[in-house]
Amino acid sequence: MVKIAIAQCAPALGAMKRNIAMHQEWIGRARKEGARLVVFPELSLTGYYLKDLAGEVACAADDEALRPIADASRDIDVCAGFVERGPDARLYIAQGYWSRGKLVHVHRKVYLPTYGIFDDGRYFGPGDRFDVFPTAVGPAGIAICEDLWHTSVPYLYGATGATVVLSPASSPGRGVAEGGDLGTAESCRLMDRFYAQYLTLYIVFVNRVGHEDGIAFWGGSEIVAPNGDVVARAKEFEEELLFAEIDPDLVARERDRNPLIRDERPDLVVAQLMRARGMAVKD
Amino acid sequence: MAIAPQRIGVLHPDPKDLSPLRIDEALVHRMLVAFLREEAAKSGHKRVVVAVSGGIDSAAVAALAAEAMGPKNVTALYMPYKTSSAESAAHARLVAKTFGFALEEIDITPQVDAYLARAGKVDRVRAGNKMARERKSIEYDRSWPDGLVLGTSNKTELLLGYGTRYGDMASDLNPVGDLYKTQLRELAVLLGMPDVIVQKPPTADLWVGQTDEAELGFTYAQADLVLYHLIDRRLRPDALVAAGFDAALVKGIRERVRRSHYKRVMPLIAKVSLRTVGHDFLYPRDWESD
Repeated sequence: MVKIAIAQCAPALGAMKRNIAMHQEWIGRARKEGARLVVFPELSLTGYYLKDLAGEVACAADDEALRPIADASRDIDVCAGFVERGPDARLYIAQGYWSRGKLVHVHRKVYLPTYGIFDDGRYFGPGDRFDVFPTAVGPAGIAICEDLWHTSVPYLYGATGATVVLSPASSPGRGVAEGGDLGTAESCRLMDRFYAQYLTLYIVFVNRVGHEDGIAFWGGSEIVAPNGDVVARAKEFEEELLFAEIDPDLVARERDRNPLIRDERPDLVVAQLMRARGMAVKD
Repeated sequence: MAIAPQRIGVLHPDPKDLSPLRIDEALVHRMLVAFLREEAAKSGHKRVVVAVSGGIDSAAVAALAAEAMGPKNVTALYMPYKTSSAESAAHARLVAKTFGFALEEIDITPQVDAYLARAGKVDRVRAGNKMARERKSIEYDRSWPDGLVLGTSNKTELLLGYGTRYGDMASDLNPVGDLYKTQLRELAVLLGMPDVIVQKPPTADLWVGQTDEAELGFTYAQADLVLYHLIDRRLRPDALVAAGFDAALVKGIRERVRRSHYKRVMPLIAKVSLRTVGHDFLYPRDWESD
């Protein structure tokens, strides 16, 4: 069993120093409780609806501004979000993974929602890969918010060795009509459970709370196990440092019982997509 | 955590089915209280000003504000003109008593009449607009130096453009602008609104005998359902007519929304430079400092 912490926080918009101090405080609390990893939401170090602030809070992944986060990761792994300024000056919505005092992985958000209340594509460039990397909770991949809504993303992680998908999000709460729960909450819970159970891996969904320009982020962070159980779920609309256990042995037991990933044929997927795109395939 | 029941099956537009307008009032209540508390604090304000008319919308806003900010931090104003009904005054006082905040009464007759006496022939719409703007100027005056003015326009009024620009439509924060009139009524019941206020016909009370529904030519329930399908679900007017909605009603409402759109957006600024306020100079209102 590995203890993991979810930091369902409310970052300040455009105030990075304040957010770094907040991260240090939450990381300290998670470490004291014996967690091996603490995961923060999307853009946790900057806030989400940055608009023209994006370029002002951006930094290179190895920038000194992120040194306090690296330093805080000596005894506990830290996964947190920031605006990355690429070597070619492009901006990315990035999620870093720090371990033993060093940045060991960065995922750049691939799918940038640019519709409705979202304008990611106006301000950021897209990432172009989904890499699995070792973490305190097993081989994992990162899917930032909208990345998780594209079914190919958790599939690619499952098909390439991940047993955990970390999904930091800044999900605005909306859709209160029709007498039900928040529409976004229902959709997210459905995704988390479906992906976890049918890819037989852990989904760690880390959403933020608080308001930005009248839009409320709804929280409701949760961890869903490979058997579909909701291991833990945070409150809606309120800050919470949520703890849960991840059981690598449960992945093994579930995959013994239900070997979907073992029997998966990614070679067929590749060949089919190549044919559909008019590329030559050796039959 | 309670999980609300989920709709099973496809939602089809049906003029007799009002269920799509149902909301989880308890959830909305929570969201609106948090909205007022957080967004007022972010701009450094701890007091709010709200005009209470005796109607259900402003009563609900005042009740939410009293809960979010504490009744002492709510400056509630009842601002009658000489034609305002006695019932409105009684209802405004009842709302203040029910939700525990103090109510100040300011008669706007002298200042409105002073203007009207010099303005020549003024029809009742212009006179009504003048009253709405006179009230708002008092609200903003009373917000100085540490208060924010709350808006009470609901989603139906905003979408139909049924309000006075820089009059009742003006505000710093509007907690109820995303609730249709019928949804706001549901919320008001949950908040403990006195029955007499919930049941009475909605009116702007700008002239004797005025009611919203008579002036608009349709009921709020009809308008809300049409707007819900057109706006929230993005159905086309033709699809609603095909589903049995009255064609004239649907087209009339659709056209009202289109024609009034300028009332819902910030003033247009002619872009001539490299960076323009409102176009590509887009810092968030909730910009925080370290």
